[in-house]
Amino acid sequence: MYKLAVMGDRDSICGFAALGMEPFPVTDPARAAGKLHELAEGEYAVIYITEAIAARIENEISRYHEAGLPAIIQIPGVSGNTGNGIREVKRSVERAVGSDIIFGNR
Amino acid sequence: MASYHGNATRMELTRLKKRLTIALRGYKLLKDKRDELMRRFLNLVRENKALREKVEAGIRAANQKFVLARSGMTDEALHVALMIPKQEVYLETETRNVMSVDVPVFHYKTRTSDPNDIYSYGFAFTSGDLDGAVKSLADILPDMLRLAECEKSCQLMAAEIEKTRRRVNALEHVMIPQMRAGIRYISMKLDENERSTQTRLMKVKDRMLEDAHHYSEREVEIITDEA
Repeated sequence: MYKLAVMGDRDSICGFAALGMEPFPVTDPARAAGKLHELAEGEYAVIYITEAIAARIENEISRYHEAGLPAIIQIPGVSGNTGNGIREVKRSVERAVGSDIIFGNR
Repeated sequence: MASYHGNATRMELTRLKKRLTIALRGYKLLKDKRDELMRRFLNLVRENKALREKVEAGIRAANQKFVLARSGMTDEALHVALMIPKQEVYLETETRNVMSVDVPVFHYKTRTSDPNDIYSYGFAFTSGDLDGAVKSLADILPDMLRLAECEKSCQLMAAEIEKTRRRVNALEHVMIPQMRAGIRYISMKLDENERSTQTRLMKVKDRMLEDAHHYSEREVEIITDEA
């Protein structure tokens, strides 16, 4: 039985807590990276992370790309959508196909 | 083309030929695997893109409502309202094998079945916008989970496609041409050896016949007779 975690600044994630996800408010990149590894070791199948934090610990996140679980999914925070989430999808297309054939020039 | 370094023997030739047939079979299989993976990956990525757009729009809408809610009540009151959640979500995970890639499949369960349990607060002291905000997040929860499933599958499949593509290319452009060149080299070498043995034998035979019958002396006799 796995749980869902959501990481990011407090304002962005407090709503998800009401749905029953576990919120982990972090703003400092170093602490966020530590927390991410801790959660990934734990019983969390999906970790939602705000784009703002994710952009600063990209290397740590990419370590989990090829592992089965957890899935680390970027979501926009209150400060707005940085487009990083969709860029991540674009990157996986580029990796598989060799060039981006889905998104065009965005 | 790289030249072949090895013993030019018949045994080596059979070994290489065997390896070549295996390599060709593997190449064909891997190529099929790559094509099928790619087809599924592209479908999945299109779904992923649509889901992501939907989820991002949903979260943006919810955040706007949260901002409204926050303007209507104090920060403390908001945090207190959401501090102790009533609802919990759990995930059951399975893996599904898609062309030898284990992609996750999530089934989510909530602790209570009552959809109203997302409101972890009394309605008396909170603004109505908060209800709307929480509700709109709850509505996109299934899509968020599907997005997680989809995006993870995409990442895993992208890695597998990359690996398979490299293998296919290595077989197609390196291994198979090398083996073909090796086979050609060895068979030419063997043919050459055979020809040289043949000529040597012919020479030896000539010499032995010469020793037995002294043809050249006789030839000289015939010539002198004619003269």
